[in-house]
Amino acid sequence: MNSNRRSFLKTSAAFGAALAAPSLIPGRAAAAGEIEVGVLFSQTGGLSIVEKSLADATLMAIDEINATGGVNGMMIKPIVEDGASDPKTYNEKASKLVIRDRVPTVFGSYTSASRKAVLPVFEKRNSMYFYPTYYEGFECSKNVVYTGAVPNQQLSNFIPWIINTLGKKKFFIVGSNYIYPREMAKVSKILIEQNGGEYVADEYLELGHSEWGAMVSKIKDSGCDVVLSNVVGDSVVAFYREFKNQGLTHDVLPICATVTSEIEIAAMGADFAVGSYTSFPYFQAIDTPENKAFIERYRAFVGDPKAVTHHALESSYFQVFLWKQAVEKAGEATPDAIREGIKGQTFDAPNGKVTVDPDNLHTYLTPRIAQWGADGQGTIVEAYPEPVRPMPYVAYGETPDNLFCTAQGLDSSKL
Amino acid sequence: MSEILFIGLSLSSILLLIALGLSITYGAMGVINMAHGELVMIGAYTAVLSGIYLNLNLFFALPLAFVVSALVGLGLEKLVIRRLYGRIIDTLLATWGVAIILQQLIRLEFGLSFFGIHIEGLGPGLQNMDVPAFLTQPFEIAGIPIQPYRSFIIVVTLLLTLLTWFLMYRTSIGTQVRAIMRNPQIAAACGIDVRRVSAFTFAYGSGLAGIAGVLLAGFKTVMPDMGASTVVDGFLVVVVGGVGSLLGTVLASALLGQINGVFAILTNDILARAVVFGVVIAIILWRPRGLFAFKSR
Repeated sequence: MNSNRRSFLKTSAAFGAALAAPSLIPGRAAAAGEIEVGVLFSQTGGLSIVEKSLADATLMAIDEINATGGVNGMMIKPIVEDGASDPKTYNEKASKLVIRDRVPTVFGSYTSASRKAVLPVFEKRNSMYFYPTYYEGFECSKNVVYTGAVPNQQLSNFIPWIINTLGKKKFFIVGSNYIYPREMAKVSKILIEQNGGEYVADEYLELGHSEWGAMVSKIKDSGCDVVLSNVVGDSVVAFYREFKNQGLTHDVLPICATVTSEIEIAAMGADFAVGSYTSFPYFQAIDTPENKAFIERYRAFVGDPKAVTHHALESSYFQVFLWKQAVEKAGEATPDAIREGIKGQTFDAPNGKVTVDPDNLHTYLTPRIAQWGADGQGTIVEAYPEPVRPMPYVAYGETPDNLFCTAQGLDSSKL
Repeated sequence: MSEILFIGLSLSSILLLIALGLSITYGAMGVINMAHGELVMIGAYTAVLSGIYLNLNLFFALPLAFVVSALVGLGLEKLVIRRLYGRIIDTLLATWGVAIILQQLIRLEFGLSFFGIHIEGLGPGLQNMDVPAFLTQPFEIAGIPIQPYRSFIIVVTLLLTLLTWFLMYRTSIGTQVRAIMRNPQIAAACGIDVRRVSAFTFAYGSGLAGIAGVLLAGFKTVMPDMGASTVVDGFLVVVVGGVGSLLGTVLASALLGQINGVFAILTNDILARAVVFGVVIAIILWRPRGLFAFKSR
């Protein structure tokens, strides 16, 4: 009786497992010889101007990989979703890609708000998210690969260069009122003090605000000799225009910016930015055959002979190649294999060599400083000799000898 | 000190510029025109497009934008608003819908982007208008630095206000408009063609929005949803000044602009904005009909 019951349990357990097995197979399996990946950017809404270009760069990289034989002989099949410039939509679309389509990787997001909105989906379901934008740091997820710059990669050569080469010592820090400019200001202040400069003000304006009269007047009266701008979006345009209208010139009082890219310069009219500086790892003006070929291919891909390339766009492009190498190294396209495979991956991107840090999954990038010219393009006036290690917690005292974010995760006792 | 006052004056003139058209359409006709911001946007795009295709500078764009926005406003009045007079909530919803349609028309390049045709100067991207060089070079008079572009806006606003005052108080059509404001039924009984005068008034208010758009394009980014944020400020001014009162609109924009400017300099722009809203709430509590509301029977 006893043994009977046990054997019954055994058979029923086996039977149960057999029944359960089909549900383990993805409901919508990719065709054999294909790997599905998600591409999640805003195709509509206010942010679509920038985010569409990021989606285009991602799709172009996928096209190029497929044209040269795919990944391990498998074609990449992108599933494109629209985040609609809305974090809530981002979250829903990410859930759809991860849970229903069961993609092992999604490439996406421009704003930190949208990244924060999708983060729980990737952490809870253990999938991988590749994020191409420069951002404020202060994040250490095992499910995100960050290929844009963090504050130390935009500022660690910028501030010393402003103080030593430009000879400007009194900073007026100005930004839009949200997390990125505020974190950038924190890092700037640390660096300014280390390098023997000082800051006379740290001011913020509402996101999207376009009335700069009072602020520029304050800048004029503050006695500063350089303006460090972390202003974002269409406010940038109004800021540079007002700056010139109040008679300030970049040769006497330069704006040194961390967000003003080729896109903003084109929107404001190049005249207003001539002589000002921006720090990014990538500029369209980088004068290498690799970058020129990249710009050509991108313009052909989007069918616009005047399309501009910029930092987040370039990261959107090369991160797909880093992902490809990770899958090839791991031999399979599961999230855990990709996470292990991506550590230490190196790729020759249009901006030069990029490497994924094995500890914090951020990317080694080469900081560059460009001065804007009348044609709306930058001239690279300074480049770091080698790629700089990403340190997402530098504002809170992180140093290369004292890492906060390691392969074991965030050491929150150090914060 | 003179600089603070100048910034306040400049902010006031921009507020007045937006509110002037609104005070006419809202004040004279009781229409809460949510599409007013989009008429501003159309004015700005007229300036951008005439710069690209006709090579016209700011000064020629001003009358052109007035005509274009006025025509759009006239069409709007004939197609939508005329059927909804006296139904204030319905006009609010309908014009809001029109606002979205106008934004999308620009964003989708009148639908041509579906066919892969791209018109330079339209679309979802950011555009800009060139400002003649002499309007961006500041100069000094008696040691006081003068910003030519902001001064230009102040002068244009002043002229438009005078023109509007003249039209409303010194012409026969202005008398008719004011009669309609007080009581449309009696005005109609006295032989005033209410429909025709209303259409004219609405077109004129819309044209003023177009001019505001051109001037804003000189220091703001031109994009499809630029109008939505500006129209809020316009409504603030009209409500504070008193619906239908030209003097009230002028004084309210002067007051709010100066408060904004002074607080922005003394503290910061974010606090200044909060103070402005606080003052508006206090004024509405104190005088629910605004500073200069006339008694309507």
